[in-house]
Amino acid sequence: MAALLEAEGLTAGYGATAVLHGLDFAVEERGVTALLGANGAGKTTTLRAVSGMVRTGGSIRFAGERLDGLATEEIARRGVAHVPDGRGTFMELTVEENMRLGAYTRSDRAEVEADFERVFGYFPRLRQRFRQQAGTLSGGEQQMLAISRALLLRPRLLLLDEPSFGLAPLVVQEIFAIMRRIREEQGVGILLVEQNASLALDFADRAYLLETGRIVVSGPAADIRQDESVRRSYLGY
Amino acid sequence: MEGLPHQIVAGIATGGIYASVALALVMIYQATHHVNFAQGEMATFSTYIALTLIQAGLPYWVAFVVTVAVSFVIGVVVERVLLRPMHDAPVLAHVGIFIGLLLVISNLSGWIFDYTVKAFPTPFDTGAPMLGGLVSGHELGSTAVTLAVLTLVYLFFRHTSLGLAMRAAAYNPVSARLVGIRVGWMLALGWGLAAAIGAVAGIMVAPVVFLEPNMMLGILLYAFAGALLGGIDNPAGAVAGGFAVGIIENIGGAYLVGTELKLTLALAIIIAVLLFKPSGLFGRVVVSRV
Ligand SMILES: Nc1ncnc2c1ncn2[C@@H]1O[C@H](COP(=O)(O)OP(=O)(O)O)[C@@H](O)[C@H]1O
Ligand SMILES: [Mg+2]
Repeated sequence: MAALLEAEGLTAGYGATAVLHGLDFAVEERGVTALLGANGAGKTTTLRAVSGMVRTGGSIRFAGERLDGLATEEIARRGVAHVPDGRGTFMELTVEENMRLGAYTRSDRAEVEADFERVFGYFPRLRQRFRQQAGTLSGGEQQMLAISRALLLRPRLLLLDEPSFGLAPLVVQEIFAIMRRIREEQGVGILLVEQNASLALDFADRAYLLETGRIVVSGPAADIRQDESVRRSYLGY
Repeated sequence: MEGLPHQIVAGIATGGIYASVALALVMIYQATHHVNFAQGEMATFSTYIALTLIQAGLPYWVAFVVTVAVSFVIGVVVERVLLRPMHDAPVLAHVGIFIGLLLVISNLSGWIFDYTVKAFPTPFDTGAPMLGGLVSGHELGSTAVTLAVLTLVYLFFRHTSLGLAMRAAAYNPVSARLVGIRVGWMLALGWGLAAAIGAVAGIMVAPVVFLEPNMMLGILLYAFAGALLGGIDNPAGAVAGGFAVGIIENIGGAYLVGTELKLTLALAIIIAVLLFKPSGLFGRVVVSRV
């Protein structure tokens, strides 16, 4: 069976600067793939490439269809939800409006309302903050809001850019626990970018290690987690 | 009809016009961070369309609705054809294209409809002043129409999913794309709405100031002053600012500087706001934690 997402020879860059130099990676249907690497390795750029936010070369196949060359909004409409670097909160809008925007492209109203309830089940705090301006939320709450906005799109693939960034360890635990539930209950594939390698390797079933725009190690997450030398030379724990 | 109460009521009536045009300016400013200097000329052109339709025998309100719809389409087309290719162009290029647009539309109006000053009909009672001599039928009617338009626009942005998407696209285009909003089209719709609102303002003010190719020039200046006064990034503030400028203009014109020098009041407001409170009286302060 073909993978949900498959990138071949993926290159990307900003202006004249090339950042990614030919990546091959895949996310299985309902699988979790982790993309690890130091700051500046090109993890965020890889997610942006999948979402059509940067100039790319090579091919990106999603559910049998080519994504490369499509506009970001069209990629989202095909079922790719991206929780971006920095969380992408609509600061001026309310929590409710942020969530409604997640479901903007959907016309199945009853299902959307059911999804709101499901998301409140994951993140009860968002129900309490429903009418509040989103800019007043804490970092952890904004991350929950970003994940909720993405889920409300009913995606087949979720791109998560460092969901643990800048959050207290307890909040990170909470969010990852919910993400395990989401993975089981929503039948969604996940491409997870993390600097916190041990956290990501516990969650993922496949992992790729990125160094200055090239994949240097890849394989089942469990194997990489066990590999002393990889851990010491690349992951630093 | 000369006392202070009348000046205030008349100020509200013209203020409604400024408020509408200010809202049109702010809608485009919020989405693009550019002020469309051609907004007034576009409204004048629309007003000529309305006059042509009325003279062709269409009932006033039918001509009104058709004009607003046509103006909407013109706004969308202008954005798609002229502005879209300029998307990433520097500010000065935008200023250039707006001024170019202003001149082209103004000359187009004169060329198609000629430069003579024309009377424009009002559908409202022009007989005896109403409300104890305080207000003319046209002032009352045009204020009602303006308020209705402003209310509709408010309801559209607050309570429809498309309105929400347009706000989202203006605030945060990157995140808007990520939820599947076609940001380019939202911009074009914004231009269409702005042009439609401008058309209503033009049609409502034409019976008072008479129709000629430069009819909206002064009005745009007052509207811009109102938008700055209320906060160029805040639609509600801009509307309030537009009404305030209308009242200030009327009272100032009657008691302070005389009618001939009224326009300098607009200039004075613009300069004062830019000097002392660049964000305007109601400029948005966004709370955000990171
Ligand atoms: N918007 C941008 N414009 C130009 N260069 C960028 C931009 N964003 C990232 N880069 C560069 O691309 C490289 C990879 O960055 P990024 O993908 O953000 O890495 P990571 O997410 O792994 O920390 C870095 O060298 C960074 O400086
Ligand atoms: Mg990054």
